[in-house]
Amino acid sequence: MQHRYLPMTDQDQKEMLDRIGVSSIDELFADIPESVRFKGEYNIKAAVSEPDLLAEMAAMAKKNANLKEYKSFLGAGAYDHYIPVVVDHVLSRSEFYTAYTPYQPEISQGVLQAIFEFQTMICEMTGMEVANASMYDGGTALAEAAMLSAGHTRRKQILVSRTVQPDTREILQTYARGQNLEVVEIPEQDGVTSLTQLEELMNENTACVLVQYPNFFGRIEDLAAIEKITHANKSLFVVSSNPLALGVLTPPGKFGADIVVGDAQPFGIPTSYGGPYCGFFAVTEKLMRKVPGRLVGQTVDEEGKRGFVLTLQAREQHIRRDKATSNICSNQALCALAASVSMATLGKQGVREMASQNIQKAHYARNQFKSAGFEVVYEGPGFNEFIVRLPINVDAANKRLLQKGFIGGFNLEKNYPELKNCMLVCVTEMRKKADIDTFVREMGDLHA
Amino acid sequence: MRNEYQPLIFEGSREGRKGYSLPNFDTPEFSVSELIPSEYLRQESPELPELSELDIMRHYTALSNRNHGVDSGFYPLGSCTMKYNPKVNEAVCRMDGFAHLHPYQPEESTQGALELLFELQESLKEITGMDEVTLQPAAGAHGEWTGLMLIRAYHEARGDHKRTKVIVPDSAHGTNPASATIAGYETVTIKSLENGLVDIEDLKAHVGEDTAALMLTNPNTLGLFEENILEMAKIVHEAGGKLYYDGANLNAVMSKARPGDMGFDVVHLNLHKTFTGPHGGGGPGSGPVGCKADLIPYLPRPVIVKDGESYKLDFDRPESIGRVKQYYGNFGINVRAYTYIRSMGPDGLKAVTEYAVLNANYMMRRLQEHFDLPFDRHCKHEFVLSGRRQKKLGVRTLDIAKRLLDFGYHPPTIYFPLIVEEGIMVEPTETESKETLDGFCDIMIQIANEAIQNPEIVQNAPHTTVVKRLDETLAARKPVLRYVKE
Repeated sequence: MQHRYLPMTDQDQKEMLDRIGVSSIDELFADIPESVRFKGEYNIKAAVSEPDLLAEMAAMAKKNANLKEYKSFLGAGAYDHYIPVVVDHVLSRSEFYTAYTPYQPEISQGVLQAIFEFQTMICEMTGMEVANASMYDGGTALAEAAMLSAGHTRRKQILVSRTVQPDTREILQTYARGQNLEVVEIPEQDGVTSLTQLEELMNENTACVLVQYPNFFGRIEDLAAIEKITHANKSLFVVSSNPLALGVLTPPGKFGADIVVGDAQPFGIPTSYGGPYCGFFAVTEKLMRKVPGRLVGQTVDEEGKRGFVLTLQAREQHIRRDKATSNICSNQALCALAASVSMATLGKQGVREMASQNIQKAHYARNQFKSAGFEVVYEGPGFNEFIVRLPINVDAANKRLLQKGFIGGFNLEKNYPELKNCMLVCVTEMRKKADIDTFVREMGDLHA
Repeated sequence: MRNEYQPLIFEGSREGRKGYSLPNFDTPEFSVSELIPSEYLRQESPELPELSELDIMRHYTALSNRNHGVDSGFYPLGSCTMKYNPKVNEAVCRMDGFAHLHPYQPEESTQGALELLFELQESLKEITGMDEVTLQPAAGAHGEWTGLMLIRAYHEARGDHKRTKVIVPDSAHGTNPASATIAGYETVTIKSLENGLVDIEDLKAHVGEDTAALMLTNPNTLGLFEENILEMAKIVHEAGGKLYYDGANLNAVMSKARPGDMGFDVVHLNLHKTFTGPHGGGGPGSGPVGCKADLIPYLPRPVIVKDGESYKLDFDRPESIGRVKQYYGNFGINVRAYTYIRSMGPDGLKAVTEYAVLNANYMMRRLQEHFDLPFDRHCKHEFVLSGRRQKKLGVRTLDIAKRLLDFGYHPPTIYFPLIVEEGIMVEPTETESKETLDGFCDIMIQIANEAIQNPEIVQNAPHTTVVKRLDETLAARKPVLRYVKE
């Protein structure tokens, strides 16, 4: 069989079989018992050439409405942001993307240093002391934070605000079942975590309190008050954050968070139908040795030259097996690299300016909706998302908006039945004034 | 690789330099300090670096030059399947219609993406011999945990709460016992025999009504096919347990044997290994899970289904274990895997396995005179040598690995599996040419000779890398995990 990925020639094959001392490749599979042997070939489609494959895949891609052609007002955890062109140029360096985990540090200083820089940037954004090399996504990072908290406090109850992203809460439930933890949701009041309910639910078995900042509705939680209640109970305070928002908002570390998690997707990672993204996990120094996943540390070589290695590995599965802090083995190194390049490109000024553009454009859109007679649910400060009540069901509205070249916002009714006909609208720096105005006008044309 | 001091990106920062170009701001301006209450307004800016675009490209290009990938040179890292990462995969996953889709878009606007995922599921069902597949898990370990959660849900749905243990062989990947713990199970380790295969008697001694599952890699981590797999399956099934297949080594048996036909109930695959999703320096991966019919009700929500001519996300799964990841898995990696399967076709995938196994056996035979070979029989896609002969000369396996760096090779996996003293685990993959294999074997033999004649050169290796051996003890004892401006 000749194929461009397979260099084997008939001559190679003959020489290799001779050296092994067998007469056919089949003999090498003689240890597979006849009873389990698969005969023939898989019933899958025949191979196609590179040009035909590109055409086939392009046709498949074309069946999708992509955010380059459609104007999106959809966020809810995944965001359409400015991605500097340099990001993909760096990611396309195959020394990065075709490498494995940096287990041989002498020839992996590139990835190791890039991760060390990523850890530093995440610490800077979140206001925390230690950050790991990344997690699968923001949702699993939050679940790991709950498990860390339960292990650290030896308590079994997890309090999570109902204003945390719904899919994330569902992931938390799945992990909690595995660990026999009890997850209790804290109701919201006026779109933020209810402090009175939080105080009532808090007990000696509460391992941690999980909130999102800005929360799922785009609003700013009273972190100072929640921290007080949480720490008075000796529970851990866990905050899930959109890191871009922290370009303008006071970082959770300043409010005494013990663990800050989230997804770095807003930094340089395309929405890519939901993945791969880049979860992050940051903690206080006190919790450093309980962090799941990989950590890169600085050290010196035999000649005293600075270098980087994977460190504190005694926490990890390949050393500790069933006693590991987590079963996570990989990280999302390439996505962490994308986030790093994006954060480095934005820099100190750009990250603030981009976050500020989001706040202002969302505020503008919100005002436009109000002027057009829409009810904007919940007043008060927010980041780049807000809630609008429509005259009709949101799914029906989105179908019609799609015809007009728009991808409408998230249908909140699915997860919050009380928010009937409510759409979570997201406005990033990518949306132009004209797009916003047209979107509001099209929405105004929707009637039951 | 150039040998020079490499500054951190923060050290190259100069106040006032700019690398970004945000969209022109065209809406009316508002004062952010009036929109956000003062206690929530960040006082100190995050210390991100300030650089021009060229500074940024130079920095990351310099870092890439300090890194070894498959495109840089041979990477025979056992258990990791470091095969060539096709470039057409990279082109396809970057198409606007794949890269720029929002996970919550209406289904009618993502029919192409759903079709691709459905077709990938169908292909993986055929390849594994399973009845259904979920693409949600992000990586192998995540797939293991997902699979064990399915098994747990299955037992519990039958009111069977006494199954608290997962059995793993002592040759297993470290993720197996760790995943069992996260799924709420206790791990029981069973022994391997002298010949490297699972000790069936030890399995029988540990199987019982408390057994939830047996986790197995086949071929195992020594690269040997567990010939008694059907008997093992029978033992576990008769005790009411389930059989879990760790698909890390699927590259060894494609078109030769399917987990579903060997009696396995659940499997996970590592699409970043067998199906060429690149490793990315440690991720992202993709770890789909397949299962037999009796476990389908418990699969994570949503499941991608075909309904007439259209594709749907099916959330109506009342017995589902729930979500294991946000959205629908690592879509970008799944696109690459599907592109690869379409590039290879059935005959291609068969050749992949045949050549991977031929390459491994050839290397094993070339090296066996120079290193100890603990398990002398045909291997599958990888084989394990022992460096104990060299250790007696004062040259450890770690030294051999470091010496390989001087010749531009990524070393094999070392000290794994744990049951082999001074283990050296070599996995060449099918995408390497005979000349590459020979070149590597020549150097391995040269190093074996150096261990006898000039051990210092091996013990002090590497000599040519940008840094020498790094002080890992210092790194762990006084952790410096971030840059702090002096």
